[in-house]
Amino acid sequence: MELSAKARAEIDKWLTKYPPDQKQSALLPALHIMQDEIGYLPREAMDAVADHLGIPHIAVYEAATFYSMYHLHPVGKHKISLCTNVSCMLRGCDKIEKHLKQRLGINFGETTADGKFYLEEVECLAACRNAPMMQIDRTYHEDLTPEKVDKILDSLT
Amino acid sequence: MIDIEIDGKKLQAKEGEMIIQVADEAGIVIPRYCYHKKLSIAANCRMCLVQVEKVPKPLPACATQVTPGMKVFTQSPVALAAQRAVMEFLLINHPLDCPICDQGGQCELQDLAVGFGNDTSFYHDGKRAVEDKDIGPLISTCMTRCIHCTRCVRFGEEVAGLRELGATGRGEHMEIGTYIEKSLRSEVAGNIIDLCPVGALLSKPFLFRGRAWELDSHESIAAHDCLGSNIYIHTRRNQVMRVVPQENESINETWLSDRDRFSYLGITQATDRITQPMIRQQGKLQAVSWQQALTHAVKGLQQVCSQHGAEAIGALTAPTCTTEEAYLLQKVMRGIGSHNIDHRLRQTDFSDQAYDPFHPGINFDLAALEKFDRMLLVGYNIHREQPLAGLRVRKAALNGAKIAAVSLLEHQYNFPLAEHKVVASNELIPLLAGIAKVLVNAQGEVSAQEQALLKAIDINAQHQELAALLQSGEHRCIVLGALALHHPQAAIIRSLTQLIARLANANYGCFTDGPNTAGAHIAGALPHRMASGAKVEKPGLTWQQMLAKPMKALLLMNVEPEHDVANSPAAMAAVQQAEQVIALTPYLTGALAEHADVVLPITPFAENMGTYVNVEGRWQSFRAAVLPQGDSRPAWKVLRVLGNLFELNGFGFESAPEVLAELREHLQQSDSDKQGQWYCPQTLDQHSDNLERVTECSIYAVDNVVRRSRPLQDSLTTTSS
Repeated sequence: MELSAKARAEIDKWLTKYPPDQKQSALLPALHIMQDEIGYLPREAMDAVADHLGIPHIAVYEAATFYSMYHLHPVGKHKISLCTNVSCMLRGCDKIEKHLKQRLGINFGETTADGKFYLEEVECLAACRNAPMMQIDRTYHEDLTPEKVDKILDSLT
Repeated sequence: MIDIEIDGKKLQAKEGEMIIQVADEAGIVIPRYCYHKKLSIAANCRMCLVQVEKVPKPLPACATQVTPGMKVFTQSPVALAAQRAVMEFLLINHPLDCPICDQGGQCELQDLAVGFGNDTSFYHDGKRAVEDKDIGPLISTCMTRCIHCTRCVRFGEEVAGLRELGATGRGEHMEIGTYIEKSLRSEVAGNIIDLCPVGALLSKPFLFRGRAWELDSHESIAAHDCLGSNIYIHTRRNQVMRVVPQENESINETWLSDRDRFSYLGITQATDRITQPMIRQQGKLQAVSWQQALTHAVKGLQQVCSQHGAEAIGALTAPTCTTEEAYLLQKVMRGIGSHNIDHRLRQTDFSDQAYDPFHPGINFDLAALEKFDRMLLVGYNIHREQPLAGLRVRKAALNGAKIAAVSLLEHQYNFPLAEHKVVASNELIPLLAGIAKVLVNAQGEVSAQEQALLKAIDINAQHQELAALLQSGEHRCIVLGALALHHPQAAIIRSLTQLIARLANANYGCFTDGPNTAGAHIAGALPHRMASGAKVEKPGLTWQQMLAKPMKALLLMNVEPEHDVANSPAAMAAVQQAEQVIALTPYLTGALAEHADVVLPITPFAENMGTYVNVEGRWQSFRAAVLPQGDSRPAWKVLRVLGNLFELNGFGFESAPEVLAELREHLQQSDSDKQGQWYCPQTLDQHSDNLERVTECSIYAVDNVVRRSRPLQDSLTTTSS
């Protein structure tokens, strides 16, 4: 697999921030760039990053499997990350969880049949003052109620 | 030096040393899993926790530097409690399957569990299980047993220079593996079997074959490259079970190449091994007694001798023969009256043979390979030819040495190169001549002869770059590998590289074929030199000339015409045309089965005794680890009897050491030139513009034993994709 021109340019921008003999430093942002482009990290994408950074393939696999925010298998177009830690739990996230699972017909760690949504449970995302909360892609949604969740999901294409 | 105290013992330590290093030197045992003296310090197993005075918590001995006046306690209640606790943690997930584990009896975890483990565990939950990986035909895995010491990962990254194993996942889900299913490519991967302190990485061919305590250990010398790595051959009931490295800091350190480790399977699993002498009767090979076979051979050779003269007989041996065998072979041949004897079967250019040194090799120690700071590798696929030399050069590279490689094919180097040139076969000589000319211009101390030779050469930027590399630095060397030494104009290449080495004040070395090219030279298995280097007035024929002529009778020792000679079609044709073919061989190949008149079954390395002289000129003798299979006999005994049957003088040897003693006596009396002289080629012009063959001998095709090791052959195919 070849890096796309866009991905290459973005990764190269990161590379300028580190000494030339320490390209591995750009590994984590590079993997995010690839994941944003493809939706997940297929092995070919990881190999391409490894070759571009000049590091062994296994070094990329190690990093990608270590962090939970990298997906090694295809996931839905929108990633819903629901916090279930203490603050959110006290503010009723279990209702939100039930509603989300019912509406989407999936459990944590699953993708809807139409491939639109992927649901996951996450630890605290540091928005406790407006609990319960969830993150969809890069956006925080706070003070959730089942109705608000419906509105948010309806607004997503 | 710093004074410290471990367990009340006053010790001297170097500044910067770790506690565990000082303790190891003093013979004080500190338990450990992740620490290994040849690897970087990871300090992740925590098994080596010790108590240090005035420090409230136990410290890892492998990662704690000594300080003046330090008092260390390895057996105090605090230290023992810490070690015991670590052991308990490790045993949470480690399966207690020692009875079915191959590592049982030679397991560091098992040993330490006996010493530091509790007899009961407080742990009642489920143990984790990890899927086993298929990492090729040489190494078997049982990953549930892994304790994550990461020795195997660090070996790949630091020593082998080929990072294939890694730790994927996190916490409870961490696993050692390749992530994707693949076979390890490294030619030294087998070392992780020795490194693994538990039964997670095991030898696949040895799996479930035996227990460590049933095996007898025999010191020996590896028989497949010119380094002469020290090994132990482990045997049981007269069968070779496995081969493991024997530590020798000046040769193989603690390592062993896969070729030397797994070649024994070519002895135990070969399907075409012969153990009965045979002669051809009515067109077919028939098993006969040794007496019959030997008299038949002698009769055949005498017939050729009387009809066509002794010059019609030629002898070829592979450089896998021992020094004793080479000596006896040439003694038999010269006794009959023929100088036609050669072992340089993969070389093709002999125009400089009169100038050869006593034996080809390196004029520095193998250990010095890691001390050079400027190196030029010429036609040297180092990792495939002498894998352990590659590890040394890699160390030099990591210490900042600038290394340039010039070759005819694209090789993979597991270390960074300052310059990497791949040139066509006919461009190599102009390139070397260019480098020489830059150096000549810079130094000016050259003879008219040399000046004339380089006169027509134009210098370009490439020459200047490579020459500049050799003009800088403190310790320089030039080494030649197989592609240079087997080149059709190897004489000119040798000449130019020697000139460059002299001008650059660099060390020089040729990494030769097989385990005993040097020994065969010293023993005189050459057409132009007798034992201990004495010149032959009228040299006999090289192997090329023998095959071209062709010989009326051929004596082949450990030579398979299909595989062991650079020009195998010519070898096959010569074997076909010869009236008498006497083959001393452990295996019967197609060509020999079809054309040999007498087949004398000899023994491969583990069943043989003798001496190999390595590339440094180091003599290493070894004894047989097992008895010969069936009726096969060591070649030195066969040759001794042949000598007697020819009624030649001086074949009364009763043991191999007596043969060696005679050769040593020759050496003491000899006053022949040991250095060799510089050969000045007539011209640097290329022979022709014809097509030229550029081939390498595959890493696992170098000799008859290796070629029959199934797992080694399989490891090539599984990693070729």
